[in-house]
Amino acid sequence: MVETFPLWPVQASTIAGQLDLLYVFLLLLSLVTCTAIFTTITVFAIKYRRRHGREAEQIHGSIILEIGWSVIPLGIFLVIFAWGAIIYFHERTPPRDSTEIYTVAKQWMWKFQHPEGQREINELHVPVGRDVKLILTSQDVIHSFYVPAFRIKQDVLPGRYVTAWFRATKPGTYHLFCAEYCGTMHSGMLGQIVVMDPSDYQTWLATSRTFGSLAAAGQSQFEQLGCPTCHRFETQGRGPTLNGVYGNPVTLEDGRTVIADENYIRESVLNPGAKIVSGFKNIMPVFQGLVNEEQMNELVAYVKSLSVPPAGSAGNPTLIPPGTQPQHPKE
Amino acid sequence: MATAVVTTERENYLNSDYGVRSWLLTTDHKRIALLYLLSITFFFFIGGFFALLMRLELLTPAGDLVQADTYNKLFTMHGQIMVFFFLIPSIPAVLGNFLVPMMIGAKDLAFPRINLLSWYLYIFGGCMMLHCIVTGGVDTGWTFYTPFSTAFTNTKVIEAGLSIFIVGFSSILTGLNFVVSIHRMRAPGLTWSRLPLFLWSTYATSIIFLLGTPVLAITLLLLIFERAFHLGIFDPTRGGDPLLFQHLFWFYSHPAVYIMILPAMGVVSEIIPCFSRKRVFGYSFVAMSSIAIAVFGFLVWAHHMFVAGISLYSALFFSILSYLVAVPSAVKVFNWTATMYKGSISFSTPMLYALGFIGLFTIGGLTGLFLAALGFDVHVTDTYFVIAHFHYIMVGGAVMGFLGGLHFWWPKISGRMYPEAWGRLAAAIVFIGFNLTFFPQFILGYMGMPRRYWQYPPEFQVLNVFSTAGSTILAVGYLLPMVYMLWSLRYGKIAGDNPWGAAGLEWKTASPPPTFNFDETPEVTWEAYNYDEIPMPEEVSLER
Amino acid sequence: MSDSPIALEHPTELQHHFADMEQQKDASTFGMWLFLGTEIMFFGGMFAAYLIYRRWYYNEFALGSRSIDIWLGTINTIVLICSSLTVALGVRAAQMGKRKLLVILLLITMAFGVAFLAIKGVEWYQKYEEHHVPGSSFNASDIVSVGQKYGIHIDQGHSQIYFSLYFALTGLHALHMLVGLGIFTVLTYLAWKGKYTPEYHTPIEIGGLYWHFVDIVWIYLFPLLYLIDRKPFH
Repeated sequence: MVETFPLWPVQASTIAGQLDLLYVFLLLLSLVTCTAIFTTITVFAIKYRRRHGREAEQIHGSIILEIGWSVIPLGIFLVIFAWGAIIYFHERTPPRDSTEIYTVAKQWMWKFQHPEGQREINELHVPVGRDVKLILTSQDVIHSFYVPAFRIKQDVLPGRYVTAWFRATKPGTYHLFCAEYCGTMHSGMLGQIVVMDPSDYQTWLATSRTFGSLAAAGQSQFEQLGCPTCHRFETQGRGPTLNGVYGNPVTLEDGRTVIADENYIRESVLNPGAKIVSGFKNIMPVFQGLVNEEQMNELVAYVKSLSVPPAGSAGNPTLIPPGTQPQHPKE
Repeated sequence: MATAVVTTERENYLNSDYGVRSWLLTTDHKRIALLYLLSITFFFFIGGFFALLMRLELLTPAGDLVQADTYNKLFTMHGQIMVFFFLIPSIPAVLGNFLVPMMIGAKDLAFPRINLLSWYLYIFGGCMMLHCIVTGGVDTGWTFYTPFSTAFTNTKVIEAGLSIFIVGFSSILTGLNFVVSIHRMRAPGLTWSRLPLFLWSTYATSIIFLLGTPVLAITLLLLIFERAFHLGIFDPTRGGDPLLFQHLFWFYSHPAVYIMILPAMGVVSEIIPCFSRKRVFGYSFVAMSSIAIAVFGFLVWAHHMFVAGISLYSALFFSILSYLVAVPSAVKVFNWTATMYKGSISFSTPMLYALGFIGLFTIGGLTGLFLAALGFDVHVTDTYFVIAHFHYIMVGGAVMGFLGGLHFWWPKISGRMYPEAWGRLAAAIVFIGFNLTFFPQFILGYMGMPRRYWQYPPEFQVLNVFSTAGSTILAVGYLLPMVYMLWSLRYGKIAGDNPWGAAGLEWKTASPPPTFNFDETPEVTWEAYNYDEIPMPEEVSLER
Repeated sequence: MSDSPIALEHPTELQHHFADMEQQKDASTFGMWLFLGTEIMFFGGMFAAYLIYRRWYYNEFALGSRSIDIWLGTINTIVLICSSLTVALGVRAAQMGKRKLLVILLLITMAFGVAFLAIKGVEWYQKYEEHHVPGSSFNASDIVSVGQKYGIHIDQGHSQIYFSLYFALTGLHALHMLVGLGIFTVLTYLAWKGKYTPEYHTPIEIGGLYWHFVDIVWIYLFPLLYLIDRKPFH
């Protein structure tokens, strides 16, 4: 940061500009409202100050005024509501084909897993101009992923995945804060988002240490845990085949249908009895406590890779209500 | 200032009986109000002391004054004390207790012994909280979010939760007393449409006490059980849902904001007509807006959870309802302003506080509109923007209202006038100190400084220095009234029965009132705020 | 306060700050109704938690419900309904000024209340023996094996949530019963002393209201906790 006394946060994502525009609108609206009310009060206070020989005039009210100053603010409020809702909808709808980065929060650090296999702690490198979808979970308490320069924030909950996305627009290094109080070093749970030009980013990818792609790591997990014994690919095993499962509806034993999203895959590994696929028996062992969050992420990435080309791979069914489609951000 | 010793003083609630017993076993609502006044003032200064320590810590970006754990305890206990032991009981339990029976022309509240019981519950809960603080404190934030509070922190969550659980019953019983009294004990002729607006807002507040506080009670109880016995209800590793805790917590704690602000609105609705010498503009709209706020206030809780992981649809629902609840608040501001139109306005201390209230509440309310906008909330929730917003409502609104009301009714409570010049000075200091403390925090929040941060990046320092400077001014502003009001108890000018020339039954009896408030049960034949029939006394200063 | 000069002109039961007996009675009754309203909200918070988890973890709730002794629950329901009857008859006796009958009916009510708590205690003891009390010694392996018989997967953590809610709800209900017994002890004593007359028996009425309320809570708890799914699976 060059400036020592900035009054406006840096704009570094596609959302930031939209949000600042709403902010400016709200600021102007507040300025106008405050000026109007405070001027009126001041004028009344001076003009109608108590003087000898002048009595107050008793006025009981006015229905027209009351209706007016109820309905007009309500109209303005609804405009703000709609404006805010549109931005929110945009913020919560990751575009298709985003780069998916798995994020694990714990007291008091951030851990990132890139699809190419790079891992980072408290630092996340992303290229300019690419949609990045974060799949976040927490290992302990609730944290919150907050990048002021991107104007995004998402609470990170233990025991399930939530998502957030952004498209960085400006190279630089930005603060990553934990915004949900999480214990002693809450204020020390800081990170950096390093936004790079695509070419620099490629260099970074090439030079940074890699463990093989995330899906590949997931595949070796899958084999080590003995999953292929039942989940076969060519023939039907004792468990359902996992090809093309992700992103598609699954019919359950009790007749319900669920979309196989990240949370479904997660639950099916950790607590397989919760949702049994129709036609199969509940014989899979429980993996709760046997895989940690990062291994879990690898497994999810692997199962998802089995659905390529995906039917809406970047979709985020947990947070998008049924019937809505992921949308592309405007350029 | 006359220091006259009046030998033939009338018998009143203060001199009718002496000794500690006569206070600790009193069932007189006015004495109980004073007991509350002493206790909440005590807690206010403890909570304020914690706030000052926090502000001092934040003077520099590094965490250098206190340890991180200490800082976390400071903001937790500041929040818990200020919310549960000061703001929530402040106006209802002090001014409400003192005024409700007098305003309805009754001798006492419906259940005087239950009234005393609620003070004892408050004191019991308060002592427990103090014990908790002295022996280590809590560091969960006043919101007690799970699973941090249930499975991770090793501080005294159970004790703090229990103390708030107990003090909650004090609120419930107070609310019960008010609702029953207002329904069943009004003087002959005092119809609902003649009730002072303070009673309407107290009534609305009591409804929230009755319907909201039990939910907080059960939530805290489940939290305590969860922490003690590891039930799993809020524990994600056992299939519990931490968001359920947030829903239950905010189901009470959002309406609790209206518990704080509604009574202050009621106070302002009394002060402005009195010092404008006018009937309040749009009486029934101001009255009904209190009820509307209480009702809608129960339907907006999840706007505290827009980034917590709730569904898109419920976020939309709670956002739009949050805008609906803003309408009655706006209506009130417009009506107060209109009340001044063609009035005959004087600027005694209570009026200064009331005008300050309108200003700060307007800013607090407008920034509420910012926060209810979904996309905007994502950026600023859990930052200093939120801190500034709710302090504008709770401190700029509720505390200004409380101080305004305390000055307004002080002659009635004590029989003496506070020193007017000092009063105006303190009001000005509070207003300036408040804005200097909290306005920079809006900017800090939009810049992205998260709340509950013990240390922070250096670019936030300048604004934090402003804020800390303001907080010291604010502290002076709060100490002053305490000093001169104590002084006035002995040396203040003797106040007449009705020094402001105010309407309302409480002004039709002696100052201080006799134990049973009225010598005869009054009969009301006039509308509320009949200022055309009451002359302004000469002592109230003329404006040139 | 009774030594204040104003009070002397009033009937002794009339507190100084009320205008007349009717106002006093109205206020007390209304106060109790409001209090019961707060009680609904109090239990309501737990019912909300119950509804959510029952929807999520239906199998654990259904099988947990089966593990509770339905007969003890049914007997307790009957006991409480009978106690409500005796309370209602007691209020009637108070209205008619039948002191002895009133005392007897209050005593029977309390006997029913004690019986309820005793049966509840037996039920809790069973749960304790079966290690179904949430906490470190919680063990629902018996329920898991019942589930296996039907081919249903049971998660012990979710099962514990059911039993947590079971104990929280029945525990708080029992606490209310204890408070009720305390109130009724005082009422019985005062009734025996002849404090209540056909003109003044408001405490009996509002005490009765409270008792009925505690009964009604049980009327909801019984199906919600005991009767989730008793029919054999499939």
